[in-house]
Amino acid sequence: MDLLNAIVALSNFVLVPAIAYGSQLALGALGVTLIYGILRFSNFAHGDTMAFGTMATILFTWWFQSLGISFGPLPTALLALPLGILGCMAIVLLTDRGIYRFYREQKAKPVILVIVSMGVMFIMNGLVRVIIGPDDQNFADGDRFIITAREFREMTGLREGLALKSTQGITVITAVIVVALLFWFLNRTRTGKSMRAYSDNEDLALLSGINPERVVMITWLIVAALATVAGVLYGLDKSFKPFVYFQLLLPIFASAIVGGLGSPVGAIAGGFIIAFSEVTITYAWKKVLTYLLPEAWQPDGLVQLMSTDYKFAVSFVILLIVLLVKPTGLFKGKSV
Amino acid sequence: MTGTMRNIALFALVGVLILLTGVLQSWNSALLILNMGLVSAMMAIGVNLQWGFAGLFNVGVMGFVALGGLATVLVSMPPVHAAWRAGGLGILAAVALGAGTIVLTIFLFRRMQPGWLRAVVLIAVLIAGFFAYRAVFDPAVAAIERINPAGTGYLGGLGLPILLAWPVGGLLAAGAAWIIGKTALGLRSDYLAIATLGIAEIIIAVMKNEDWLSRGVKNVIGLPRPVPYEIMLQRDPVFVERAAALGLDPVTGSTLFVKANYSILLLVVLLVLLWLAQMALKSPWGRMMRAIRDNETAAEAMGKDVTGRHLQIFILGSVVCGIAGAIMTTLDGQLVPTTYQPLRYTFLIWVMVIVGGSGNNFGAVLGGMLVWFLWVQVEPMGALLMKGITAGMTDGSALKSHLLEATAHMRLLTMGIVMLVVLRFSPRGLIPEK
Amino acid sequence: MSGNAYQDDRGNKDRSITKAGGPGSAEGAMRKGKAVPAPGGPFLIGENMTGGYGKGPNILEACTIAVDKGEIAVIVGPNGAGKSTAMKAVFGMLDLREGSVRLDGEDITALSPQARVVKGMGFVPQTSNIFTSLTVEENLEMGAFIRRDDFSETMEQILDLFPILREKRRQAAGELSGGQRQQVAVGRALMTKPKVLMLDEPTAGVSPIVMDELFDRIIEVARTGIPILMVEQNARQALEIADKGYVLVQGMNAYSGTGKDLLADPEVRKSFLGG
Repeated sequence: MDLLNAIVALSNFVLVPAIAYGSQLALGALGVTLIYGILRFSNFAHGDTMAFGTMATILFTWWFQSLGISFGPLPTALLALPLGILGCMAIVLLTDRGIYRFYREQKAKPVILVIVSMGVMFIMNGLVRVIIGPDDQNFADGDRFIITAREFREMTGLREGLALKSTQGITVITAVIVVALLFWFLNRTRTGKSMRAYSDNEDLALLSGINPERVVMITWLIVAALATVAGVLYGLDKSFKPFVYFQLLLPIFASAIVGGLGSPVGAIAGGFIIAFSEVTITYAWKKVLTYLLPEAWQPDGLVQLMSTDYKFAVSFVILLIVLLVKPTGLFKGKSV
Repeated sequence: MTGTMRNIALFALVGVLILLTGVLQSWNSALLILNMGLVSAMMAIGVNLQWGFAGLFNVGVMGFVALGGLATVLVSMPPVHAAWRAGGLGILAAVALGAGTIVLTIFLFRRMQPGWLRAVVLIAVLIAGFFAYRAVFDPAVAAIERINPAGTGYLGGLGLPILLAWPVGGLLAAGAAWIIGKTALGLRSDYLAIATLGIAEIIIAVMKNEDWLSRGVKNVIGLPRPVPYEIMLQRDPVFVERAAALGLDPVTGSTLFVKANYSILLLVVLLVLLWLAQMALKSPWGRMMRAIRDNETAAEAMGKDVTGRHLQIFILGSVVCGIAGAIMTTLDGQLVPTTYQPLRYTFLIWVMVIVGGSGNNFGAVLGGMLVWFLWVQVEPMGALLMKGITAGMTDGSALKSHLLEATAHMRLLTMGIVMLVVLRFSPRGLIPEK
Repeated sequence: MSGNAYQDDRGNKDRSITKAGGPGSAEGAMRKGKAVPAPGGPFLIGENMTGGYGKGPNILEACTIAVDKGEIAVIVGPNGAGKSTAMKAVFGMLDLREGSVRLDGEDITALSPQARVVKGMGFVPQTSNIFTSLTVEENLEMGAFIRRDDFSETMEQILDLFPILREKRRQAAGELSGGQRQQVAVGRALMTKPKVLMLDEPTAGVSPIVMDELFDRIIEVARTGIPILMVEQNARQALEIADKGYVLVQGMNAYSGTGKDLLADPEVRKSFLGG
């Protein structure tokens, strides 16, 4: 019985939140890794692209809500998501046409593009703050829980409850669908294969008649969709705040690099590795240990390895360890 | 117009802008902009050393600046003797334990054969070390933080003159840079960008959390000053008389006097740093740095230790950022860890370097001053612009109030546009490298 | 500090922000010109070509190279003579300052490389000529990228031509041996059913036995009626199978004639074939 309670407590406080957060990071890291694979640079504006897509979705959500449209038990934001994605695609294509394209024509070195993306980051960050303001926005509606802790306790008769927030369920299901679609696209479709070919060898792709500008455009479109989905899921699960999205850049970069930049499988693995380490190391283990250990051994303190404020430090240390052992990341060679 | 003339004209333009601020707004704001502009120029020199002269991509400027800020507290605040008695030894022992664990780990890593045994031993040492450290550390911290939490609750500093904190800030930054450089530059390919990005966040997290060290989010206020206090000046009859002779009331006169004192001090430091940077780069060492940057393969083939050189210049650039950070906190008179944000202290410095001219120290100084001026003045200018745009709208309409509110965030947008425009039309910056 | 400021990366090699290798080197991908009818002349000709990379010095000086239907034309010459550059120029991968390229009665000088593929040109570069992370089959599929019809028949033909590729069709091309990689490369170029095939040193870095086999395959391809324009380091062997030969020196045509003539020419023998 104690073992069951321990498992439930572990799931409730560590596994479920980490899986949800990991899915969000993975989707974010996929966007970074695709840009890195195709356009050859790390996009510092990615966090703000996520913020922009989420903001667009929130605005459409508010509009739907004002019209009285709802999605039943599911958040209205899911209905608004396709429109938000379109909004994000529009701004991303606009930046590519207006800003990045010029540097491609100049055959600019990737590091110049990194600097350019810093400029784009400022602009997007400013735009989001000008349009929706810097404050917290909670836009989740619909049912809050798939199952509450109390329902779970009554159902099972255990002392520990397992609460499953609907946003967590939605996050995981959406992430699975999106990732499956992405992999099907990259590995099975002609356009997806041409993207992998371009990422592998730009000159040869050209010789095969693959149009680089088209590959780049499709990449941006996919990245806009991924960024918006990741941002909306994160916002539903927690809340939307432009500054927080900007700060997500570090765990997202860390995920992409741990997995091996340019590798989609790696981005997903990296997302979960970072999420699980963050949550396990900053979780207070007292509750779980109380169930598992004999009374005499029970801990006095919270058994929290590190305060939650150090979660960035955790992503970073994991990153460092992986790089020291495997400098190219875990999944090198399986690039986009 | 020759290059030199153009450069002088650009610096003159910054001067005129600051003078205009004095005439149109107030001399206090003008001096404030000048002082922070000078500090920004120092930070820009630091980043320019790394990026401009060695191609090293440091996106953790914020961390080094914050370490400089921490130095002011550690050097200048009076020590809290009760806290030292309560937990000083414990903290020292814990730090020694922590450092010992890391040294032992590295030693074992180097000495043992690679394999699962090494991995197990390393993990065991790290875990044991971590718990030992926590066992000593936690009670000491609790004891320290119990001592007058509202007023001190930390160990305090050494009670030395704050000017001493400036070089110490540089030293702290050097230490951090050495650790980062050793790990990130030593790997098969560089990972400096992500390493600096991560370390900067960690440094800020430590400063926000470790109350025994920096009082965390409770902030350290009332740092000592290297210049006189306004209130003292206002009480000094000689000063009041002189101010009156210039047509100033004692309050304005004293604030201006204090700020002008800072300006002179900062100008001296900036000029010294600029001179040192110029000298270093004209020396054989500097020429080698640029040779490595322009053709690393050739430099390596000639037997130059590229990683070693990169480590040196990375540390030097970080030292400059650390010094600038200490100066900035001195100017503010307080350490507020929550104000350290990457957009302001990392990416804005990058805008300065790119706008001023990568690879040119004078460009970095110009970029620092000019971009800082814009950063401060975009808000009032934007407000004015928005007032103009919204003049036709009815008062109290949602759109109008939203637009007026939005001006507060115009500066980020403007910085992005300025950076992209310069990068596109003048990719070498306003004062290009020769 | 010269040249394009956008191409100055200050020696940065930070792999956490930039992918190794930099952007592709091919110029002209953004070229937007159209083909103009220009009847007459050989099937494929790069005439009077002058140009170099970017804003750099001329590498080709009034160089002319042509191949006609049913022929194998071979370009030989010393290292640095501009052989590969000539091929790239014909394919539109660098901007010509003078001269023109004509294919099958059309002037295609203004076309981008990808548009030339559509016009029926196939090109196998000397190095990095396969997609290493894609499977052999995917490599061939990418070769057929411009084809919207069913290309399974062409793929069967190519797998018949290079039987080893059939065995390894599900393997990543990067895992193959040097000779097998070259077969993938040639196969990829053939997937478009090109009207002309251009090979840049197809035998570079392979053993003599594999080299003979590759030459046999190339002759087989030529027998199907596809004209072949080829750069070769192994001048003697290449000229033996060539209908037409060009000797380039410093970007200029030094000698040209049939393969047999060049092999018999004492000057050519002395200077380039080692006596």
